[in-house]
Amino acid sequence: MPFPGFLFDGVRTPHRKHTAQAETVVMPPPAAVILPMVQHIGAPCIPTVAVGDTVDVGQVVGDSEQAVSTPVHSSVSGTVTALRDVELPGGRTVQAVVIQSDGEQRVHPGIAPPHVETKEEFLRAVRASGLVGLGGAGFPTHIKLNPPDPGRIDTLLINASECEPYLTADYRECMENPQDVLAGVRTVMTFLPVRQVILATKKDHPELLRVLGDIAAELTTPACRATAKALPARYPQGAEKVLISSCTGRRVPPGRLPADVGCVVMNVTTAAALAQYLRTGMPLISRRITLDGSAVAHPQNIRVLIGTPIRDVIAFAGGTKAPIRKLLMGGPMMGLAQQDDSLPILKQNNGILALAEQDVPSHPEEHCIRCGQCIRVCPMHLMPTALMDAYAARNADALQNLHAMVCMECGCCSYTCPAHRPLTQSIRLAKGFLRRQTSQQEVKRP
Amino acid sequence: MSDRWILSSSPHLHSGHSTTRIMGDVLIALIPAVIASFVLFGWRALVVETVCVASCMAAEYLSCRVMKKPNSTGDLSCMVTGLLLAMNLPVSIPLWQAVFGCVTSIVVAKMMFGGLGQNFVNPALVGRIVLTGSFPGDMNTWTHPFAWLGRAADGVSSATPLAMLKNGEIVAERYSIWDLLLGNRTGSLGETCALALILGGAYLLVRRVISPAIPLCFIGTVGVLALLCGENPVYHLLGGGLMIGAFFMATDYVTSPITTSGKILYAVGCGALTMLIRLGGSLPEGVSFAIVIMNITVPLIERITKPRPFGAERRVRR
Repeated sequence: MPFPGFLFDGVRTPHRKHTAQAETVVMPPPAAVILPMVQHIGAPCIPTVAVGDTVDVGQVVGDSEQAVSTPVHSSVSGTVTALRDVELPGGRTVQAVVIQSDGEQRVHPGIAPPHVETKEEFLRAVRASGLVGLGGAGFPTHIKLNPPDPGRIDTLLINASECEPYLTADYRECMENPQDVLAGVRTVMTFLPVRQVILATKKDHPELLRVLGDIAAELTTPACRATAKALPARYPQGAEKVLISSCTGRRVPPGRLPADVGCVVMNVTTAAALAQYLRTGMPLISRRITLDGSAVAHPQNIRVLIGTPIRDVIAFAGGTKAPIRKLLMGGPMMGLAQQDDSLPILKQNNGILALAEQDVPSHPEEHCIRCGQCIRVCPMHLMPTALMDAYAARNADALQNLHAMVCMECGCCSYTCPAHRPLTQSIRLAKGFLRRQTSQQEVKRP
Repeated sequence: MSDRWILSSSPHLHSGHSTTRIMGDVLIALIPAVIASFVLFGWRALVVETVCVASCMAAEYLSCRVMKKPNSTGDLSCMVTGLLLAMNLPVSIPLWQAVFGCVTSIVVAKMMFGGLGQNFVNPALVGRIVLTGSFPGDMNTWTHPFAWLGRAADGVSSATPLAMLKNGEIVAERYSIWDLLLGNRTGSLGETCALALILGGAYLLVRRVISPAIPLCFIGTVGVLALLCGENPVYHLLGGGLMIGAFFMATDYVTSPITTSGKILYAVGCGALTMLIRLGGSLPEGVSFAIVIMNITVPLIERITKPRPFGAERRVRR
């Protein structure tokens, strides 16, 4: 790039990693858990239990026949009290299994370490673990680890960059659980032979880089070189395409997948969770989340059972010190605002942020002064201001020409815009608009 | 309780950048040039600058009232326009003419096109061009620096270095390079002291208000073309309005291309047109016309300088 730090490389967001040194606290089981049947990208699960059933910890409560899907397990022992619809953070309404906890945390008798020798057994085990990408995307791990053409994959990237402000869940995983990270990556290397493994984090976490360096040293074999990579301290270095480009120099073309450039990207906590499953046989029923934000009395990292309502998590952590004005699932750059704190923690949730008044400023939108800042920061090399204008005119041709669908909604353009224009938000709407246009055309054609 | 929570689409964080801060930075960057104009041309320089800024603000405020739009003077862009226009005027300009130029800049070039962000040419330059066309005599009366202190022996009016070049006079007999750098030459209020303008430009670069593409390519093109045409590049770089044009006028966001490749194309065009006017035209100076002409080509430049999306191999055509 002609001017380092000047073009196409995201923004410098504030860190606000207040909880980086906070040892993870384990939260006891709540009175009830809500387990939505969609906690992944792919087909919804169908409940395998009925109201009134008694369930144990680790028991499957929802599964699907579809290939791209992943089962849901009970995180408590107790009684199924309802099968009801819940609205997910993204606005989608799905069925959920509600389980009243009996407080005993009785482990399901079927829980035992899986027998894993062949690749088929490995992939079956990964599917049975209920694992999805824990960094936020929620892509089923067994699909990710089974690329269509495994011979082309030569690089495994372990993503520990956690570039969103506030969040420290992945950081704590590496600091508290380096052995599981090591074991998880090693297992993946066994069943997905690669030539290089890169464990990446941002360069402003020197202690984490040291831990990753130690892990890399142990992983290195004659056939495979493992390294720890220091990424620029910018957002969104953790975004899959940006990460691949920073680590390998390869660029995933628009509409393609990391596998097309020979890469598999895996979140560091996902790798550790895989190792825990293979060791214990206990599927994904809990995870670490970062609870932070100016309204939270005691920001901290908490290990919570999947399905625990947000309000129980906040109450467990000591409640609020100021009225909540905005409740976010995820980080401030890409997280989803919620209006209901009875929603459960999902598999892919890495943080809950409760923001008080001072962090929820409202600023009127002004005219674009064409400063070009949005273009300079766009990691996908788009023209956000032109996209916003094209969407305002509902001009589908112009939106296609400006490659609206390439946008990954990282939020850099809105973050940096001096005129406070809702650029990311407009492009998000534009993508929906284009999708509807395309589906309408398909309806007309036959 | 949950009704009070704000629901909005991500991102939920903002950098704190604002239009007001950007315009404020431009004003700060102009402080060295304002000081230089006072030192060189005296109290009247400050009077002209104040009158221009005030009349631009008044013109914008009244335009907003008449157009029933919210008052937009708070974004400081009208102050930038006023100060930049003042920098382009001779110190002896009658004040009513300066006010006329300011009103033209704000009302005709800016507000009639929809205000900040919507104008297609640089308002301050429109003001300057209209004044030059309307009052060529007053706009070409150049006072010698330090005349206000009674130091300059040879009276009120004398030619600018570029005019001397045009007339075939030998500039070196009169001005050394230091005279040109420090501004000890005739010219408009803000254009003479190259050092003050470079200092202000450096501030804008450090603050990342402007990208180096436009000033570098603009100044570079003028320098290279002067050399190629057998002229002394020093007089072309420092003897006219190039420094203020390259750092402050051509870099105006609204009227320059938005991508870096577009900026380069535009700045090279500005430099080439400047030299074409200076060497081939009947005017001694061509910076303002060059910039205004290139302002008009910006939509065309933008059509051919769209960035290629990340990972796309070739320019995707429809």
